[in-house]
Amino acid sequence: MSEVTDSKVRELVEEVYREESRRVLATLIRLLGDFDAAEEALHDAFAVAAEQWIRNGVPSNPRAWLVSTGRFKAIDGMRRRARFDASLTEHAKQLESALYPLEEPDDESIEDDRLRLIFTCCHPALAPEAQVAMTLREVCGLTTEEIARAFLAKPSTIAQRIVRAKGKIRTACIPYQVPSETDLPARLDAVLRVVYLVFNEGYSASSGGSLTRHDLSAEAIRLGRLLVELLPDPETMGLLALMLLHDSRRVARISATGELILLDDQDRSLWNRDQIIEGTILIERAFASNQVGPYTIQAAIAGVHAEAPQPAETNWAQIVALYDLLMQAGPSPVVELNRAVAVAMRDGPLAGLSLIDSILRRGELSNYHLAYAARADFYRRLGRTTEAKASYEQALGLTQQEPERRFLKRRLAELHDYG
Amino acid sequence: MKYLLFCCMEEKKLETISRSQRDELMDETRIYCEELHKSGHLLVSNPLEPVEMAVTVRVRNGGISLSDGPFAETKEQIGGFFLIDARDINEAVQIASKFPSVRLGSMEVRPVVDLEK
Amino acid sequence: MKYLLLVHHDEDAFGKMSETTRKEMLHESVQLTHQLHAKRQYLSASPLQPASTAVLVQVREGKPMVTDGPFVETREQLAGYFLIDAKDLDEATSIAVRVPGARIGTVEVRPLIEISGLPTHECL
Repeated sequence: MSEVTDSKVRELVEEVYREESRRVLATLIRLLGDFDAAEEALHDAFAVAAEQWIRNGVPSNPRAWLVSTGRFKAIDGMRRRARFDASLTEHAKQLESALYPLEEPDDESIEDDRLRLIFTCCHPALAPEAQVAMTLREVCGLTTEEIARAFLAKPSTIAQRIVRAKGKIRTACIPYQVPSETDLPARLDAVLRVVYLVFNEGYSASSGGSLTRHDLSAEAIRLGRLLVELLPDPETMGLLALMLLHDSRRVARISATGELILLDDQDRSLWNRDQIIEGTILIERAFASNQVGPYTIQAAIAGVHAEAPQPAETNWAQIVALYDLLMQAGPSPVVELNRAVAVAMRDGPLAGLSLIDSILRRGELSNYHLAYAARADFYRRLGRTTEAKASYEQALGLTQQEPERRFLKRRLAELHDYG
Repeated sequence: MKYLLFCCMEEKKLETISRSQRDELMDETRIYCEELHKSGHLLVSNPLEPVEMAVTVRVRNGGISLSDGPFAETKEQIGGFFLIDARDINEAVQIASKFPSVRLGSMEVRPVVDLEK
Repeated sequence: MKYLLLVHHDEDAFGKMSETTRKEMLHESVQLTHQLHAKRQYLSASPLQPASTAVLVQVREGKPMVTDGPFVETREQLAGYFLIDAKDLDEATSIAVRVPGARIGTVEVRPLIEISGLPTHECL
């Protein structure tokens, strides 16, 4: 066999890993009843794949093949260990009888397993930060290092969080299941929060060179779609709409050289109309339920932007009204900041400035670079160059994200040119 | 009279003692439980998983809220319980003072409400 | 899996509730134990006397020390317990939700450590 084919197969195995490893893991957790055992089995299955697929070619259904191989390896390993530890014999037998006959796992049950995995990772008995770490690690397949970067924590902290969460799932006997219909709404809130965090991790990675990581956002949107299908709750629809509307601007918000392009400067013909239409329909469905929550309102705000053919045609009065609604549904300093920006668009930069200064005076956003970037922008529009420069400098000092930094530096340079 | 004894201890402290010491403590407790059971004093007993394994439940206006961990963060945590039958509080205290764990932590002795009365 | 449900509530607030309400809640709890018993989920349960009746026992350097009061002062006090047998944490939690104390206080669900060698009790 030629080297070219070998590397092609390797590439394919890697591609299958990216595409399928989380689904396979979710099913293996159900079959083996243990996260660690499932991860080991997953790893083994891919090791076998890398070898066998070169020799025998890629199976017609790699997903089913990987599940079968994974569980076979797990039973095999258990049998081998049972030879040295008699207490494992019974477990190996139980596992075997539970796993056979080897029915082919169908796609539907595999999707159910993904949902089981999501709800287990987002179980309220786990600490909120552990829920996020578990979902990113197990459902999305992020590495511990990537999660650590996203949350500005040490990898060892995240690793420990995950180990503890798995320990609690095992010890307290957190079931691997989709909650009953009565528990579902409450349990869904936790899941939505985590899904949105995953989306944001993909949409604007917290640091580093690449501003977007499409696979993560796509993963979050896929999770959102799955949830809408399972439980057409207004907020699930709202969250999916929100993600779709943000994602619709993906191509337009990054220049060919990787620079961040602000909403006002984006080429709106590049916006993904299909995503906008899908999002808009979801918003309408969510609003029709009369149970409008924070995700739906944020989606509606993104929707107002989406329907303006040009920035000047944006209905800022409607956006401010939606922010007022959002302040009732889920008040936060960041929402207040965004409202201040919308007010500045409706009533002029001076109105926005006084709102932002009062937020910053309270100290809540004093480490948030976007608060200073917004203030700098207001000063710039007012022609107060010195103050604008100082605020841009402050914003620069607070962000590590390269495209954001380049954008802020560009704005600073412009001030030097004209100021 | 029935009393519920709560074995209260700093979980962190328990982590610092050696595995063999812990096993010894457990064995000693087991033997003592066997004695109390034979004498008719002990009704129910069991150690508990650490508070980290707990989940806390509240129901308000029909809405259920679940949160991770124990209901309150305390210096000492309940690590096990013993439901005993004793003549009076003095006997209950006497029984409590012979549990090996009271050398490390403390035992809360709580009279149980007698529903028959 | 066995779980201990520790029911906490504010004793002062509970004391201020009408006698009828308190009796109703107790009755509801007793009913719950019967429902659990019918499904083989019940092991033991009881309300506790107020925290003020608690005695704390410690032994230091061989000397027993007996002091007054519960081991910890909290806004809510331990008021009773349910020892149950449940399939998993979600089933335990769904039982905790039915404990009347969950509506006025807090129910902590703690898994038990399964160990061998403890005396077997008639009621278990």
